[in-house]
Amino acid sequence: MKAKIHITLKSGVLDPQGKAVEHALGALGFSGVNDVRQGKYIELDLVENDVDKAHTQVDAMCRKLLANTVIEDYSIEISD
Amino acid sequence: MKAAVIVFPGSNCDRDIQMALKNAMGSDPVMCWHGDSELPDVDLIAVPGGFSYGDYLRAGAIAAHSPVMKEIINRANKGVPVLGICNGFQVLTESGLLPGVLMRNAGLNYVCKDVHLSVAAVDTVFTQGYDENQVIRIPIAHHDGNYFAENNILDDLEQNDQVAFRYVTAAGDMTGDANPNGSQRSIAGVLNKQKNVLGMMPHPERLAETDLGGIDGKPMFDALVQALN
Repeated sequence: MKAKIHITLKSGVLDPQGKAVEHALGALGFSGVNDVRQGKYIELDLVENDVDKAHTQVDAMCRKLLANTVIEDYSIEISD
Repeated sequence: MKAAVIVFPGSNCDRDIQMALKNAMGSDPVMCWHGDSELPDVDLIAVPGGFSYGDYLRAGAIAAHSPVMKEIINRANKGVPVLGICNGFQVLTESGLLPGVLMRNAGLNYVCKDVHLSVAAVDTVFTQGYDENQVIRIPIAHHDGNYFAENNILDDLEQNDQVAFRYVTAAGDMTGDANPNGSQRSIAGVLNKQKNVLGMMPHPERLAETDLGGIDGKPMFDALVQALN
């Protein structure tokens, strides 16, 4: 199975990189961008074939290493 | 006094802290590779600055799960003093020994310069060589030193005297301009509740002998020797 993980800064946590990207977009003439939040995208190729078990495993990986839950949220998508 | 300096792939201040400790202790600290799961019997563990594992994923995140870290956490819980500087501070927050997290600097730039710190907590083995609110000059060199924690955690830190150092002006004022990286409440260094673990972004080992241009960092190492001998 494949796991797709999105890691983003929690709302309320200042994202200086997102702000810099927002300013750069504005400088390039792309108006109408209210806010930019930058994050990480991680793909895993898993041995596990059961969706629920895979989700449990990846959730543990996110909590232990892949995300820092002090400042980051994560979402997991499991697919074949 | 015996000390251990932990060496990760990508550490680059391990020799600096080795020299600062050697000068203070009069003997060499033990250099310990991160892959070792055992540590010698020491009175102090130093986690040095650098770029362990290339800062991959998040600064300090991968080093925090090195084999040696289990033993460092074990010793810290038994009361052994642990000092984490710069990347060492990042490793200690990622490992859960210290609260909060070091985010990308608010200005997005790598900042390398001398800053002024106010010593906020002096009742510790690390800082008892300083006076309360003493202003010292110490270099910083980091890209991810923007200290962040939830407000209730920051309140707890302040209430329990766990803030060790704050960024201030040369006159000792806490201003926005004196804060080089956007750290919450100008925090430059924090202690755990038991006060035996200190993490700080500035580098006291880089100003610990006159040949380096200053000795404002030296009282930290002298105080450790005095307390732990």
